[in-house]
Amino acid sequence: MNDMTPTREERSAALEGMGCKRKRVEDIRFTQGKGNYVDDVKLPGMLHGDFVRSPHAHARVKSIDDSEALKVPGVLAVITAETLKTVNLAWMPTLAGDVQMVLADGKVLFQNQEVAFVVATDRYAADDGINKVKVEYEALAPLIDPFKSMDADAPVLREDLAGKTSGAHGPRKHHNHIFEWTVGDKDLTNAAFSKAEVTIKEMISYHRTHPSPLETCQCVCSFDKIKGELTIWGTFQAPHVIRTVVSLIAKLPEQKIHVISPDIGGGFGNKVGAYPGYICAAVASIVTGKPVKWVEDRIENLTATSFARDYHMTTEIAATKDGKVTGLRVHVLADHGAFDACADPSKWPAGFFNIVTGSYDFPVAHLAVDGVYTNKAPGGVAYRCSFRVTEAAYCIERAMDILAQKLGMDPAELRLKNFIKPEQFPYHSALGWEYDSGNYGTAMRKAMEKVKYAELRKEQAAMRAAFKRGETREIMGIGVSFFTEIVGAGPSKNCDILGIAMFDSCEIRMHPTGAGIARVGSKSQGQGHETTWAQIIATEIGIPADNIMVEEGNTDTAPYGLGTYGSRSTPVAGAAIAMAARKIKAKAQMIAAYKLEVHEDDLEFDIDGFRVKGLPEKFMSMKDICWAAYNSVPPGMEPGLEAVSYYDPPNMTYPFGAYICVMTIDVDTGVYKVKRFYALDDCGTRINPMIIEGQVHGGLTEAFAIAMGQEIRYDAEGNVVTGSFMDFFMPTAVETPHWETDFTVTPSPHHPIGAKGVGESPNVGGVPAFSNAVNDAFSFLGSTHIQMPHDYWRNWAAAKNLGVLAA
Amino acid sequence: MAKTHVTMKVNGAEVEGLVEPRTLLVHFIRENLQMTGTHIGCETTHCGACTVDIDGMSVKSCTMFAVQANGSDITTIEGVANADGSLSALQEGFRMMHGLQCGFCTPGMIMRAQRLLKENPKPSEEEIRIGISGNICRCTGYQNIVKAIQYAAAKINGVEFREAAE
Repeated sequence: MNDMTPTREERSAALEGMGCKRKRVEDIRFTQGKGNYVDDVKLPGMLHGDFVRSPHAHARVKSIDDSEALKVPGVLAVITAETLKTVNLAWMPTLAGDVQMVLADGKVLFQNQEVAFVVATDRYAADDGINKVKVEYEALAPLIDPFKSMDADAPVLREDLAGKTSGAHGPRKHHNHIFEWTVGDKDLTNAAFSKAEVTIKEMISYHRTHPSPLETCQCVCSFDKIKGELTIWGTFQAPHVIRTVVSLIAKLPEQKIHVISPDIGGGFGNKVGAYPGYICAAVASIVTGKPVKWVEDRIENLTATSFARDYHMTTEIAATKDGKVTGLRVHVLADHGAFDACADPSKWPAGFFNIVTGSYDFPVAHLAVDGVYTNKAPGGVAYRCSFRVTEAAYCIERAMDILAQKLGMDPAELRLKNFIKPEQFPYHSALGWEYDSGNYGTAMRKAMEKVKYAELRKEQAAMRAAFKRGETREIMGIGVSFFTEIVGAGPSKNCDILGIAMFDSCEIRMHPTGAGIARVGSKSQGQGHETTWAQIIATEIGIPADNIMVEEGNTDTAPYGLGTYGSRSTPVAGAAIAMAARKIKAKAQMIAAYKLEVHEDDLEFDIDGFRVKGLPEKFMSMKDICWAAYNSVPPGMEPGLEAVSYYDPPNMTYPFGAYICVMTIDVDTGVYKVKRFYALDDCGTRINPMIIEGQVHGGLTEAFAIAMGQEIRYDAEGNVVTGSFMDFFMPTAVETPHWETDFTVTPSPHHPIGAKGVGESPNVGGVPAFSNAVNDAFSFLGSTHIQMPHDYWRNWAAAKNLGVLAA
Repeated sequence: MAKTHVTMKVNGAEVEGLVEPRTLLVHFIRENLQMTGTHIGCETTHCGACTVDIDGMSVKSCTMFAVQANGSDITTIEGVANADGSLSALQEGFRMMHGLQCGFCTPGMIMRAQRLLKENPKPSEEEIRIGISGNICRCTGYQNIVKAIQYAAAKINGVEFREAAE
């Protein structure tokens, strides 16, 4: 070897594989305004469609008159439910087993519901047309409060379900009832409560909010009448699922549907579902023979396409008086709005809410969820969380604090006392999950040391004493949250969407010069898959990440995948990528053995090629093997170097973390200051620490927004009162706190590279940390639980209710 | 609707077009000029994705009519890279500091940051945060955007960039 021979470290670094803070390949185009988002798609002769929407939350549609609209210059067509009935598309199936009106059919059931679709030569003409469509309504009594939805005299919302005593998830108890879902052992749980030394009970609400990615939902549909082919560019987090759904409901052969998700400007769950705009644009293109674009505006996005949460969780914990939990009982009232358009795996009407036992060793638990209809927009989607996991984490983390308060115990101590212990993994929870791995105590103690937890509590005690002496009007809260997520949906034994198992996939095709392309069934909306997927392959096969192009989002070229949401990409697609790469490597080993004239068992993989054991100078690089794959493969072997893997995960993955938030609140104004936020995440093997940290920052910022003010609120008549960025809290750089990130690494034992997923953990763990900080701040004044969101006004109101404001 | 003839300089080139009086500048840029780097996020002047530079000021182009920009000198994200095609200090800073994820707010954010650094070449963190508070990012939590701007400021000022201690 001479001095020019790179060291092992240099060879490894040159790959920019797993663990490397590789800079993103996407950024070259995004920083120059050269991304390609749906609204950037322009086709010759393209038309624009836009909706006439209902001003009422609940009304009968008496008539729709489009005659004046059709006289508007540029307006070509007005599509109504009557038009759609001719192609049997007035209603569409939802992912949750319900049906949803595409356009108002006899009634409207929420404000801003789609009533008619105006198609015009440009977006301005479409707007002119909308203003000329005359719709006559007969207003009906609106049902807004979910707690009144099953009253005997509650208005009937869904007349289409008249006489249907059961739905997709079993019996219905009332005309506004959707489903009841129960898990756990009711009798054993009741027994635990009847002999409990201590119990707590609280109705913990997780308010309605919205994912609100900066790019709204949009599509371009282009139907080629000659070929009978439909091409759809759309903001789809799951393009293959959209293709299948379109094929099933539009009765088009699936091979003649081309779905393309180009660059997507954030998703956060908003872009999983199928919306009326997609159907209407497709029908409009078929009717007019021209491409049709539909682009939501922000108000439409906030008020019509899927919201998140609206879960009202009556939570009880049974415990011993020294703080050992003995039982958990939760009843959820789930407000789904006018249609159950929840985006969950089909058999899970409340998602994975049964992760609600959290990180604690509950011997017994029982959960019941009642889904109900109201006159609100349909949903709800998983806003930066795996299905209903953030609701579950908020529920248990708030309840543990309430229990700690009742016991007079420190909330961190209570958690440490009840954690599932490392030796209990794989752990079978009382509500049916098998947790793969965890080391909770280590993570919690590391977090407490880093923030100097004991000193913070002393500081808080001093501040409380000063408050009581009248020396300060500020109170201090320390919010502790320890979350366990369940992500990576999921194993075919329990997860499917419309019957399609929730696997994911990767196809790798190596080229002769030592480069390649990987096509994956996931779809980045900002997660940086083009960067990180190549890093997995680089480490697995020893080809530099820069030489691997990653492509997603085109259903013609990518293998079938279930898309990106619920932190499933790394657990499922990431595994498929590693497995496909290992197939490449296995064939490469046979080629190398042939070329080096040894048995393949005599070879060992060494960073970027194969080496003959004991003969270090006999080495063949992966680059040279790629060439040989197209030049001189062993006799009988097919040439080429390609592989496909479809990965059906054996289990979910269970990322976890410990978050601590320190906050002060001025009781006279309600103004809070986040003094410190520390987030320790354990997402198993870390593929790109830079991207993980970025994901954590973003998720924490969304958690901050949700906990501290971001709400879709309705008045009693069903008007959305937070329908624009003026009223819907979007933190700017000024409000957003500084984030401190940290980590431990507990690999998943069943994942090929041990990775668990991270994108949603900070939202799941962050919301309870903020809310617990606010509640902890007020607790010494006699408060047990204050509902989110904790904006200034509500903080002030809480202080007022507690009698600490001057009269 | 009757159309009006407008001319303006965009990224150094004279452009012209026929627009309705109600045509928003952002639509003129995106549809007529076919420069799609300028994005639309809210249409109510809150999010800043449509930020461009007009006659030395940051302007949200979703809330200005194209006719109001008649005769003005406009820079969009397409006009930011160095003359040789390499990334500008800010573009490089966003990439190096992971100041973007989905990329949708990025053009507006870079346009705003560019003007901010011209107005205040050595901003403090607080000045940066206030300076970009008209631009919403849903992905990054801003922390790395602040670093990206600090990186660019250091590079433009010819000093070594040191990340703030965590």
